[in-house]
Amino acid sequence: MQPDILMIEDEPNIAEAVRFILSREGWSVDLHPDGAGGIEAILAARPRLVILDLMLPNRSGTEILQDLRAADDADLAATPVLMLTARGQTGDDGARADAVLAKPFDNQELRATVRRMLA
Amino acid sequence: MPARAATVLTGTRIRERRLAMARRQADIARAVGISPAYLNLIEHNRRPVGADLIARLAEVLEVPPDELAEGREEVRIAALREAAAHPVAVGTVPELDQITEFLARFPGWSGLLIAHARRGAGLERQLVDLSDRMTRDPYLLTTLHEVLSAVTSVRSTAAILVEEGEISAEWRQRFHANLHQDSQRLSLTAQALVAYLDSFEAEGQATTPQEEVEAWLAEPGVADPDPGDLTSDAARAMAADLLAGLLDDRDALSDRALTEAIPAAGTPPDPVRLAARLGQPLDLVIRRLADLRPEGFQGAGLLVCDGSGVLTLRRAAQGFALPRPGDSCALWPLYHALAVPQVALARIVVTPDGRAFRTLSFAQRRQPLGLDGPLLTEALMLILPFDGPPPDDALPIGPACRICPRADCPARREPSILVPQGGQAQRSL
Repeated sequence: MQPDILMIEDEPNIAEAVRFILSREGWSVDLHPDGAGGIEAILAARPRLVILDLMLPNRSGTEILQDLRAADDADLAATPVLMLTARGQTGDDGARADAVLAKPFDNQELRATVRRMLA
Repeated sequence: MPARAATVLTGTRIRERRLAMARRQADIARAVGISPAYLNLIEHNRRPVGADLIARLAEVLEVPPDELAEGREEVRIAALREAAAHPVAVGTVPELDQITEFLARFPGWSGLLIAHARRGAGLERQLVDLSDRMTRDPYLLTTLHEVLSAVTSVRSTAAILVEEGEISAEWRQRFHANLHQDSQRLSLTAQALVAYLDSFEAEGQATTPQEEVEAWLAEPGVADPDPGDLTSDAARAMAADLLAGLLDDRDALSDRALTEAIPAAGTPPDPVRLAARLGQPLDLVIRRLADLRPEGFQGAGLLVCDGSGVLTLRRAAQGFALPRPGDSCALWPLYHALAVPQVALARIVVTPDGRAFRTLSFAQRRQPLGLDGPLLTEALMLILPFDGPPPDDALPIGPACRICPRADCPARREPSILVPQGGQAQRSL
């Protein structure tokens, strides 16, 4: 089943907290815990929104974002991406996230950003 | 800032003074906390002597430190030669054959030049250290990322518990457990970070947990130092793992069995023959030799890396300068061994400062999860100080590209910060 949101985040406690917060809003949230296999997880799930950590093991959030934007399927390539970053930047000149949240983030801000992106 | 004292003939003066006092090498060595074998190397000018050790030796030999390290013409000549050899002297050709005359005619200018060269060397060391820490140090970046991740988790989880209203007991319990876990992680990381940042002020002090453990391992004359002496929990945990491995190795191959087998292993003793004679795996024999450092293996060091080339153990050999954790030289035979598992590779290597070392590298593969599991490779390199000048076919190696002056190295992956761009490096005298 297609989830509303796919979150790619290697920190399990952050992923659990985010999933709890967003699930309470009625959105379905799938998790993928590693940079490796990240783009495959997006292609398989075809979520309405991707929440992507920038610093992931094996493959960075930036690289996954580049892979996504280069997908043959134009609809999939245009999937909105919310990047979670420690650096306040998307980290790449070629591919841009639709929104960026700097860690540590406020739960209300997270909720509001996702609501806006899924509207 | 402790400056490294000049090495030329310092050892001879130490020896002369000791003999004049009719003192035994072993007594002096014990008094200053080094091995008699190491003092022997120092006395024959085969090992450099740091300023701290000079001070201890001077105290035991009842002479002012300057008597051993400074104030002699030959020391000043050596210092001038060192200054002339520095890569910064691009395009200039100092008149090396007139050093003595220069020193005699212009003692003031000579002293100023030596002082500037030494100050420059000290600043270079600081530059490397700070550059490592502030811009490239994977330890600092990883630690900060770890802190941020834990803080993010704590903030979101705590906010859920406070702001989200009704939460089931199961979820509440889970979030409490997560908070507990993250707070422990935060305290560990913060502790390590504070110790690390504190060390910025002190040159030559252990910084990362790995460096702290390395310094702990290098304590002279202590067979089994107490990990409790270490300052951070991370370093203590690493040291405990290391000690457990050492104890397993000692159970598998005792000190006695090892030392008794050495005389029949040739001169100098051949670890491969030793392993065959003992009927033990070569990697175990190498680790035990680096641990026990028996006759024929004094001053031994050990490097271990995994299949990705990351060093998992760094035990310094006497005189072999290790770069900061995360850095290494692609020319180390250790990495050659990764390409030819199960083959022991013996090479004599020479470092940029002209010191030679015997090395023995060996890699092995294993499949800890069975046939379907991953194939893991690990390589070891035993490093032994080499007496005498480096042979012509010695392999030139370095510490790490950024702090290596070998400009024409085929394995260079980035410019050295110690050599002017486009300049000449490694001028020889």
